[in-house]
Order: sequence, then structure tokens, then C-alpha cells
Amino acid sequence: MTTVSRSLWGPGAVALSLALFLIVFLVIPVAKVIYVAFQDPNTGALTLINFVDFFNTSLFQESFFNSFYVASMSVVLASVFALPLAYFTTRFNFGGSILIQTLGVIPLIMPPFVGAVAMVLLFGQNGSINLLLDEYFGFTIPFMEGLNGVIFVESVHYFPFILINLSAALNNIDRSMEEAAQNLGASRGRLFRRIVFPLAMPGYVAGASLVFLKVFDDLGTPLLLNINNMLAPQAYLRISSIGINDPMGYVISVILVMFSLLALWTSFLALRGKDYATVQKGGGGLMKRDLAGWEKAGCYAVVILILLLVLSPHIALTLLSFGTVWSFSPLPDAYTAQHYVDVVSTSSTYITNTLLYAGLAAGIDVVFGTAIAYVVWRTGLPGRKLLDYMAMGAVAIPGVVLGIGYLRTFYQFDVPFIDKPLASWWVIIVIALAIRRLPYALRACVAALQQVSVMLEEAAENLGATKSRTVRRIVVPLMMGGIVAGFVTSFATAAVELSATIMLVSQESDAPLAYGIYEFMQSASGRGPGAALGIIAVLIIGIATYLSHRVINKKETERAPQQAAAPEEKVQGA
Amino acid sequence: MKRKDFLRAVSGALAVLAVSALPAFAADLEGKLVIVTSYPPDTTVTVKKAFEAVHPGVEVEMLKKKTTAGIKFLQETATNNKADMFWASAPDAFEVLKGDNLLAKYDVKVQGIPEKVGAFPINDPDGYYKGFAASGYGIMWNTRYLKAKKLPVPKTWAELADPVYFGHVGMSAPSRSGTTHLTMETILQGMGWEKGWALMKAMSGNFKTVTERSFGVPDGVNSGQFGLGIVIDFFGLSSQASGFPVDFLYPPITTLVPANIAIVKNAPHPKAAAAFIEFLLSPEGQAVLLDPKIRRLPVNPATYAKAPAGFPNPFKDPSLGSAVKFDLDLSKSRYNVVNSLFDVMVTYRLDDLQGAVKAIHDAKAKAMGKSNTDAGKLIAEAEALVARMPITEADAGKKEFNAIFKKKRKKASTKVTGRQAEVEQQWDEEIKANYAKAKELAEKAASML
Repeated sequence: MTTVSRSLWGPGAVALSLALFLIVFLVIPVAKVIYVAFQDPNTGALTLINFVDFFNTSLFQESFFNSFYVASMSVVLASVFALPLAYFTTRFNFGGSILIQTLGVIPLIMPPFVGAVAMVLLFGQNGSINLLLDEYFGFTIPFMEGLNGVIFVESVHYFPFILINLSAALNNIDRSMEEAAQNLGASRGRLFRRIVFPLAMPGYVAGASLVFLKVFDDLGTPLLLNINNMLAPQAYLRISSIGINDPMGYVISVILVMFSLLALWTSFLALRGKDYATVQKGGGGLMKRDLAGWEKAGCYAVVILILLLVLSPHIALTLLSFGTVWSFSPLPDAYTAQHYVDVVSTSSTYITNTLLYAGLAAGIDVVFGTAIAYVVWRTGLPGRKLLDYMAMGAVAIPGVVLGIGYLRTFYQFDVPFIDKPLASWWVIIVIALAIRRLPYALRACVAALQQVSVMLEEAAENLGATKSRTVRRIVVPLMMGGIVAGFVTSFATAAVELSATIMLVSQESDAPLAYGIYEFMQSASGRGPGAALGIIAVLIIGIATYLSHRVINKKETERAPQQAAAPEEKVQGA
Repeated sequence: MKRKDFLRAVSGALAVLAVSALPAFAADLEGKLVIVTSYPPDTTVTVKKAFEAVHPGVEVEMLKKKTTAGIKFLQETATNNKADMFWASAPDAFEVLKGDNLLAKYDVKVQGIPEKVGAFPINDPDGYYKGFAASGYGIMWNTRYLKAKKLPVPKTWAELADPVYFGHVGMSAPSRSGTTHLTMETILQGMGWEKGWALMKAMSGNFKTVTERSFGVPDGVNSGQFGLGIVIDFFGLSSQASGFPVDFLYPPITTLVPANIAIVKNAPHPKAAAAFIEFLLSPEGQAVLLDPKIRRLPVNPATYAKAPAGFPNPFKDPSLGSAVKFDLDLSKSRYNVVNSLFDVMVTYRLDDLQGAVKAIHDAKAKAMGKSNTDAGKLIAEAEALVARMPITEADAGKKEFNAIFKKKRKKASTKVTGRQAEVEQQWDEEIKANYAKAKELAEKAASML
């Protein structure tokens, strides 16, 4: 026990610098903004009167209920999309698993503005489907009316969170558990209920809680569908139309933050007291079973149906990017490649900027995510939970608030040597993206770490490995699947993030793709080029995702043959 | 030798031409110009290219922000300003910046721009911002949509309140879009507070949606999500020029308002900024506005000679934009109250409002051709309830009342009584009850027929 304090030195220093970073780039800017929530608008004194106003206003009560309803329903619908895809591709020998996994992630990379435009063109009251239904059958389906539309778009958009985390969890389940269960005579159904499902829970809960939080906080989708009676749009509308000194927007922000933390806490409680770690590592997850012919056909039918549905925004976007005029008709009037020519010749800086920013931000995220996960779950540092809450809190900070906070905090601060305010240097965009996407990477890393048994680390340390060596050689390699999942999620979503960047872009040469799309989508003749730029964004991120899946799969197949020996070797090597 | 001489002569002549085309101060322009603008790339890129052709040494950078975000950006960064110009439509936005002492005065050298367009002075009388184009507000519609749904083309605002348009109209909220605010204020000033709001609410009952961005309206009409939209003219004209099956008209109650440009105080590149204003107002700059992607009304009457047939010309057509004499001070005095009222009564209560208006439409349709005075009375009562305002015009313009909605307490010692959230909550309760009662009365009337 005397070694404990010494062994905490390294993690302690890491935790401290992480905390410092989060305090400077998250807590202080947000606190500067949130402070307004507790200010009496008339006198400037500290007060709770704004919260009283909030709970007395029927519009805000309604908004609160609507946000809760939409977030819950979106989790349900997203699970319906994600479960079959995750289960089929990890449990069965299924041709095209990688392709399906990659396609399944693509909905996450729907650039702002174009996504909802595309969905409305297909499913709106006068969208393709309803125009055809009306013409041939004389009725229409209100897919996109009111809250339905938000739930539909959100669950299509965010279900990959569940898919990615659940697939990672399923791939991490120890095969020997399954074998043991089968040896003991468990039926397939029982195996699923008692072994697979419980062991996959951390992944599912991580994904589902992310979906809930994201939908609860999401601003873009309700705004684009012109739904105002929800919390996040109310906060944004208050801040952006009444002015940044109106307290109600900040009150709502505070409530969003508190509610998100509550939801996270609930998911912690749900998982508490259960041990999900599996000792054996290095094996390629569950045993894959072959499917009978009719089973295969059924599975493919389900998979294709789901993929068609969740990829419909991209299908519509593709049509839009090649279409000339698409107005009140099931399909565009004519097709052209001109939009791509225009975009490629004028907008290549957007693309390189996006790759740079999103790549850097996602890199920062997985490094920090792994470090925070380790500090929180593997050390006894005092206040470590605070670090987790702080990092996760970012998920609840509306991008606009973070943007305004940065402008307020860093505009007076000139970066040495560059002679520019930090708030208008492009690096601030990377930091904003990293902070905003850190929670995704963190959840993925935590889920991965929870599945690594602490016994392996203890073994390594018993054999004389230092803490940092153990982390490098044992923990990080075993977490790799989760880390890559975190990187992909952070990268893909950072590449299309708009709400914080729009406040921070101070010159056009620094602007990322999402900003370019936003610009194009503000004019009648910009729809085609905007859609083309959107498709290019999706392609870039799709390719990146596919490559990283290839890398994971390759590693796993390489390790698979000697899986029985692998863990021992590793431990000894350490 | 001959050829060389010839070339030299030509290039010399070209150089002379080029130099004489440049304004006298061109030689010492800064190499850069940063413009904060709310305009789409169609406008900014086209104008930028034209400007850079005349001043090749200046690299123009357009910073795209929504008008409201642009104001905030300039306010937040004023201590360390890096922007040269602010370029946007709504004159109110420039008034806000002027009030915050964030603009620099400038005297235009170009000749030939008249004092007024319609009933509105083109330039800021105090000399801070300049009008470079005129914009009016009107109705745009999707021709395919109207044909498919067999709807007539409306000619006035009042026609948009007709039952046939139920669920077919879109507009943005005044609090979200400076141009929509001007439309709202024009109707209020043209028809009076009570009547204007009554009409607005009757029209709003027909709304399919209240869009979050002003461009959401032309976007919705272009794609056919709704058939008609209340928009600023260039949205309609440029959508049409982009090939969409849409059309646009100005109703009689409209106003022409200049779209503006101004130099920011402490601009890092003041000479390049001045050159940009001069260019924009020069005959070449004005002609760029007629580009099919831009389609704005130039403020130089001579430019209309180059316009396509049927292009509206406010300097020739006396009916255009002269019916309402827009009072900018009146608009300013109640700016935030009007925004808030619209949001409380329409944006956030659209479902309730639609319900009431639909019930009234149904009752009226049933009453057609029948004479039932009791039912008629109930319907009139229901209409009055929908139209009822929670606040009088006099109160809405009161300074103390507006202070509640003011964005900033200028000094820590400033005190106002009442909070915006508190006021809105009272309005909301009243409005919700009125709409519910109106619906009930209209349904009762319908059941009597």
C-alpha cells in the first residue's frame, strides 16, 4: 500500500492538466455565459427569479415536456434501427458486414441544413413519397408533421451512436463465456438473454444515453423543421433573437446541463454494481454462426430495409446535388454535374480545413478520452468523478453558448507571436470542436475500458511494469476497438458541426465545410452546390470510417489465430 | 520593330485606361478588405469579383454572418476590431450599430443617386450608412403548387387571409429576420396597430409554418413545401432567375427600404473600404445588382435601362412603395415589443391560432347564404377574440415599457421594473385563452347552422 501514493503521481499529473484544460476551455467560458442566468435582468444582482419565471411559463413547461418526449421516442426508434444491424453483423457470418457497419455510420455524417432539406424533399407533406401516394392512392402520411418529423430525423441521424457502441461491445464479449454457456447446455435464446445481452449492456447504455442527450440538446433539427416548442430551440431563439443579455436563454441552458447530468447519472446507476469486464482478451469477440438460406434472406431483407430508410437523406441529397430544379415534383426536372464542378473549383479550402480541424479535434478527443476514462475508472484520485462530469458536461452545452463564451473569454487575449486574438485564431475552432465532441470519445473509451479486466493490469504490475507501461502495453491495445469507435464518432460529427464554428470563424480562409454548406444553402441557386458539397463531406468521412473499420478488422483477424496465447504473452512481455 | 512598338503603344494605352478608370486615391489602397455581411455567396462572390477586377490590388474577404449575429460579432469584438465594413439589408441593424457608436461617417463621392426611393431616404441622414439597393416586400408563390392545388394568385395581403390558403402560406418571424420585421412594421404602419395585427393574425392562421431563417421561406416555396411565402423581393426574383417555377408580386401596402453598407469604426483598411462603397454606387457596381443571381433594385435610376423587361422600377412606377411612408423612428421605438408580441401570439401559439382560425373558416363556410344572426354574432365575436391585442399601440411605444425588452442595461445603476419573461407569460396566458374561446364560439356557431 505504500506504493499507492507514488503510483498515483503520474495519473495525478495527467488528471491535473486535463482538469486545467477543461476549466480554461469549458468551465470558464460557459460560466461567463451561465452567470447571466442568475442575474436579475433589472438590477444585475444575483437571484433565482429567472428560474421562477421559467417554471411559471406554460410555453417552457410545454417545451420541457416536448424535449423529453422527443428524446425518449428517438431512443426507441433508434434502437429499432440499430439492434438488428449490430446483432446480425456481429453474430452471424454475414457477407458485407464491414460495408453494412460503414453504411450504418453514415447517417451520423449528415451535414447541417442539407439533411433536413433532403428529408423534407422525400418525406415532407409535399415530398416525393407523399406526392406519389397522393397521386396514386389519394392519401398522404404525416411523417414530418410536428414532433414526428423531429423524432424521425433525429433517430435516423443519431442511431449510429447505438450501433457503434453496441457493435464494439458485442465484439468485445469473451468467446469463452459463450462457449462455457453452450457447454453447459444453454439454448440460443437463453445464451442471448443471459450472456450476450447483459454483457453488451454497457455499450447499449452508452449509445442510448448519448442518443438521448444529443436529441435532448439538439438545436439544428427542430429549428430546420421549424419546431420551436422544445428546450434547445427556445434557448437558442432567446439568445439569438432577444439578445445575449436576456436571462431566459441561459436559464434554459442551465436546465439542459443539469438534466443531461441527471440522465448520465441515471445511466451510471443502471450499470452500477455489475461487473462487465471479461478477463480473456485478444479474441475476436463472439463466435459467428452461419445462417440457413431462408434466415439469411430474411436478415438481408431487414438490413436492406433499414439501410434504405436511414440512408434516405443521403439518397435525396445525391439527387439534389445532381438535380437542376426540384420543386413540387417526386424527382428533379433534369440532371447535371455542374454543381460539383462549381464546388470543386471554388471550395477546396473548406475541404482541407475540415480534414485538418476534425482530425486534430478527434485526435485530442481520444487521447483525452482514454486518459480521463483511465483516471476515473482505474485510480483512486480524489475528485476524479468531477473530471468525468466536467468532460461529459460539454455534451449539454449548446454550441452557440460555447461560441459566445469563447468570444467573451478569449477575444482580449492575444496569442504570442501571431498577434491575433485567440478567439479569432483557427486553433480555437479545433479546441471548440474537441470540447464539443469529447463526450462521444469519452463514452466510447469508458465502455471499452469497462470491458478490460483490472486483473490484467494487476498482473502486469505484479510482473514489474510501471503504470505508464501498463497503460501503453495492456490497457490501450485492449481498448483499441473503443478508441477507434470514439475517434470515428468524434471525427465524423466534428466534420459537420456548425453551431459553435459559425460563431468562431473570423475569416473565410479558416472556414470548414459545414460553414460553406451553410453559406450555399442561404440562396436559391446555392442548393445544388450546397448539396454537392454535402455529398463530398459525406464521401470523405465515409471513406475515413471505412478505412478505420478495415484497420480494426484486419488487426482482429491477425490476432484471432493465436488468441488463446495472446493475453499471456502480452502480460509476460510487460 | 513595328510590332513591338505597336504592342508597347497598346499596352501603354491600356495602362492609361486602367489608371484613369481607377479613382484618384487608388494608388494607396490597402491590400485587404474585411466585410461582415449577411448576403449569400451569390451576391458576395459576384460583387467581390467585379470589385477586384477594378481594384486588383485589394483582396476582399467576406465574413458571412446572419444580420443579428453580425451585429453581435461587431459588438463583442469592438475592443479589438478587425472588420472594415458591415453590409446587410435591414436599416434597423445599422441603427443599432450606429447607436452603439460602432460605425464611421463617410461622404460618398459618386454622383447620380437620388435622395429617396419610394418614400424612404436612401442614405442615413447622419451620414453613417449608405443605401446601395432598394428592397420591397411582397408575396412569392410556386406556380406548380398553385396549379396543382387550384389556388388563385393573391394580389393583396388581405387575400392571404382567405380560407382557400389555409395551410399553404409561410413566413419567418420578425424576431428572427430583420426583413420580416420590416414587413410586419410596414403592415402595422400602413393599416394601423389594431387593424394591422388583426390582418396579420388572420393571415397567420393560414400559415403552414413560421420559419426560423428568412431564407427558409423562399426555400419552402421553391421546393413546394408550401405554396406561398411572404418575402423580400430579391428572394423571389433570384429564385425565379435560378429556374424555380416561382413568381413574385408587390401588394399595394409595401414599402421600399434601402439595403445598406457602412464602414466600421476603427476599420483597419479604411481606404479600401471607401473604394468599395464608391464602386458599389458607381454605374458598374449598380449594374452588377441586376445579375440574375442577385436581382436587387439599384438605387441609381439610370441603371434600370439595362434591366430585363418587366423588372420593377421604383423610379418609374409611382405606386411602388409609396403608399406607406415608413417611419423608422416609430419602428425603432417598439422594435423588441413587436418581435416579442409576434412570437407570443403567432410563432409559439401557431397550433392554437390555426385551430381557432380553422373553426372560424368552417363556421363562415356553413353560414354562407344562410341568415342566422345569433351565429353571425358568435362568429364576429370569435374573430374579435382572435384579433384582440394584449397591449395598446400607445403602451407598446412607451419608453419605460420598452426598457423591459432592451438588450442591454447600459450602466449597472440603470433600473427597470418588470421582466420580459414575466410580461410574455402574462400575454401568453391571455392569448391562449382567447384562441381557445374563439374556437369554442366558432364551433358553437357552426353547430347552430
